[in-house]
Amino acid sequence: MLDTVEETTSSLFEFITFSAGGQNFCLEITQIREIRRWTPVTALPHTPNDVLGVMNLRGAVIPIFDLAAKFNLGSTQDSERNVVIVASASGTTIGLLVESVSEILSVETSAIQETPDIKSEATRQSILGVISVEEAMVRVVNLEAVLEKDPGTPA
Amino acid sequence: MSNSIRDTFFEECEELLEALVEGLSQMEDDDHSSDVVNAVFRAAHSIKGGAGAFGLDELVHFAHTFETVLDMVRDQKLAVDDTLIQIFHRAGDQLANLVESARDDTPLEGDGGAAILKELEAYLGDEEEEEFSFDALSFDVDNPNAGPTIELDLGGDIAPSDGQAHKFSISFAPKPSLFSNGHEPLLLFDALNELGDLTCEADLGNLPEFDSFDPNSAVMSWKLELITSESETTLHDVFEFVEGLCELEISVEEVAATAPLAEAPLDNPAASAPAETPSEQPAQAPITGSPDATPTAASESSKSSAPAKAAAAKPAAKQASGGSSEPKGPKATLRVDLDRVDRLINTVGELIINQAMISQRIEELDLPTVAHLTNELESYKLLARDIQEGVMAIRAQPVKPLFQRMSRIVREASDATNKKAKMVTVGDSTEVDKTVIERLADPLTHMVRNSVDHGIETPERRAELGKEPQGTIRLSASHRSGSVFIEISDDGAGLNREKILEKAKEKGLVPEEADLSEQEIDNLLFLPGFSTASTVSNLSGRGVGMDVVKNAVVALGGRISITSVPGQGTTFAIVLPLTLAVMDGFVISAADQTMVIPISTILETIRPNPKDIQAIGTNGKVISVRGSYVPIVDVSKNLGFSQGESDNGIGVLLLVATERQGLTALRVDAIHDQRQVVIKSLESNYGAIKGVSAATILGDGKIALILDPEEIVNLSPSQNKSEILKELQMDNRHA
Repeated sequence: MLDTVEETTSSLFEFITFSAGGQNFCLEITQIREIRRWTPVTALPHTPNDVLGVMNLRGAVIPIFDLAAKFNLGSTQDSERNVVIVASASGTTIGLLVESVSEILSVETSAIQETPDIKSEATRQSILGVISVEEAMVRVVNLEAVLEKDPGTPA
Repeated sequence: MSNSIRDTFFEECEELLEALVEGLSQMEDDDHSSDVVNAVFRAAHSIKGGAGAFGLDELVHFAHTFETVLDMVRDQKLAVDDTLIQIFHRAGDQLANLVESARDDTPLEGDGGAAILKELEAYLGDEEEEEFSFDALSFDVDNPNAGPTIELDLGGDIAPSDGQAHKFSISFAPKPSLFSNGHEPLLLFDALNELGDLTCEADLGNLPEFDSFDPNSAVMSWKLELITSESETTLHDVFEFVEGLCELEISVEEVAATAPLAEAPLDNPAASAPAETPSEQPAQAPITGSPDATPTAASESSKSSAPAKAAAAKPAAKQASGGSSEPKGPKATLRVDLDRVDRLINTVGELIINQAMISQRIEELDLPTVAHLTNELESYKLLARDIQEGVMAIRAQPVKPLFQRMSRIVREASDATNKKAKMVTVGDSTEVDKTVIERLADPLTHMVRNSVDHGIETPERRAELGKEPQGTIRLSASHRSGSVFIEISDDGAGLNREKILEKAKEKGLVPEEADLSEQEIDNLLFLPGFSTASTVSNLSGRGVGMDVVKNAVVALGGRISITSVPGQGTTFAIVLPLTLAVMDGFVISAADQTMVIPISTILETIRPNPKDIQAIGTNGKVISVRGSYVPIVDVSKNLGFSQGESDNGIGVLLLVATERQGLTALRVDAIHDQRQVVIKSLESNYGAIKGVSAATILGDGKIALILDPEEIVNLSPSQNKSEILKELQMDNRHA
């Protein structure tokens, strides 16, 4: 996923940072297709509670996840600042509802630290690493893991 | 990679077999002209050639025998009669079997075609068995055409030539790989020669000394001049298969106003000795040895002389072959990756949705004078529909190949049952979506087999009844009001309703005292686990019943019905949607969600009277429909959108027939509209969801789920709860 960037000379990565469930996260900018305002979605039957429903993105039907719920940080509360980050990886496009988007972060590869050794396997899988920005910690979301955990019907 | 070439071969085989069957049926209709026989011969021959390259010996041997007999017909050494045509038909079937068995790597059924091979060989008699052998080639060429493709009818030539003669100079330098892939420059030159007047000149400049000669290297190159009225594209087509295997340059020099240029070298016997040919780039140093001592040079001289001779003989050859090659030129077609077509179809689907959205927005604006706007919108709508139809037509394919396969099934089935039956097809140029055709093959095969096995009587019985001994199976296809109609009818005995009813009662499918109408009895055939043949025959009774046929048709969004007249025959009628990309549906609402239910699944809608609804058990409800009680399923509850009692009133009931539960009434809050919707897959970005078959986008841009009544009924609310519990446990584990 990060390979493509490495090939193109610089080791500088750009991330978009956002908050979900009160924590700071970021996604690599090349994975993000667009950022949209929250609009009501069509609910899907028999889905886990982090699946909000499906949305029409210029004719494509894309599922929208509540990122906070996905990370077990409770449901995202309604707010004016809520946005949907449309991201795609391995041919799948999804939308992630987050509380708000903050900024674009440019960092060297070296600034990305390994995820601290925490107990929860699920958390370790969904976080690629952490970046510290002005004393705050930003978690790099592993989009592949977010996609993987949702093959529709839970086993 | 060699697999993709193999695939291409089998794809071609299918086309060739089609041509073969078509030729045979023309011959059957007393058209024994050389064109027709030639076409059949060519098909068998091409299959043999391809099969040889892949080392499919059995196929090669059979095709060769077949081809030899056909050759005798072609040379008028053998007269065509009905027996021969029948043998040819069966040989064609056997050829198809062999191709299939080679493709799927499955063993042949029965005697492996030994009988038909013997019959063919009987015709050979004294005819000299011509030796043939092929070496299996190994292919390592990248095939850019891998994957499914679709043939596009371009309705004309891609690049029509302007009819004027041009002089092309071609420089052609093969790479070693050209030879190692089994290509032969001489054949290319022959092909060019057919396009016009060709002069050929070999460049021996790079020829090494004999001592250092490497037979695997490619040291020759040629300069060719062609005077032809064909376009440059046609020239490139000749070299299509050696693309990348040679260095090729084609340039147009001038409009050839004078012919002498072309004639001069033809009369020049020097062509047989290339070293002497006047050359613009005179042969360089190495040739000084003795050209005759070099085997390459010798072979080269024959190569370059051959086209020249061929050119001289051309006018005569053209006349001879003119009859067969010219009148039936294939339509210009274009092979296109299926993905591209599907992407286009998607985009057009979005255009239609977008058009609906714009119309709806403008309506919402409630402008004072919208007359002009409405007109423009109307044309926009029509244009969008036109484009959609055009794009859909790309996916449409004639049902002819499918029908041809069925005539083979009729032959096989009548052989196996000792009955006589022929197949008549009507409307085989009717075009239907490619996927529909593919998914219709199995159900049709089954129905045709059934018609022969159960419908047509034995020849003796038919004679007793005063019918022709040979039964007729009629297969017809037509377009009617946006749907495709396919009918399979036989002139057999008709359905034995007494026996059907008896059987159904015996199997407990209907209650003992039931009094069913004829139509209802006929429809019993579609129930799972029903089979009328008292003994399991060779053909039917393979565990596939009419219920499977019905499921396949319903899965395509279609319907199937039976009509039968005792003593006169049975007709199965299938109605299918023209395309799988759009669908007619009811727009309904349940639990504040707008959803779509396919119209094809709905039998009727009921606005129930509260007193018709009865409670049964703790949560169950039934409604009495014309005397029988039908269970009511609440759509929003079964989808898990609402728990407890819904307070939206009594709602509307949609009566659907399901496989597992029979008649069921689906309760929804309201029906809003009936409209055509564009089907969008949910699975590409999310996954399959129970009870939902797909999604669509409504005029307001919102997504509506397309429900699958069958699954909704099977999802009982209690099951939902356990699923929800399971999900909760899953979530806890993640925590």
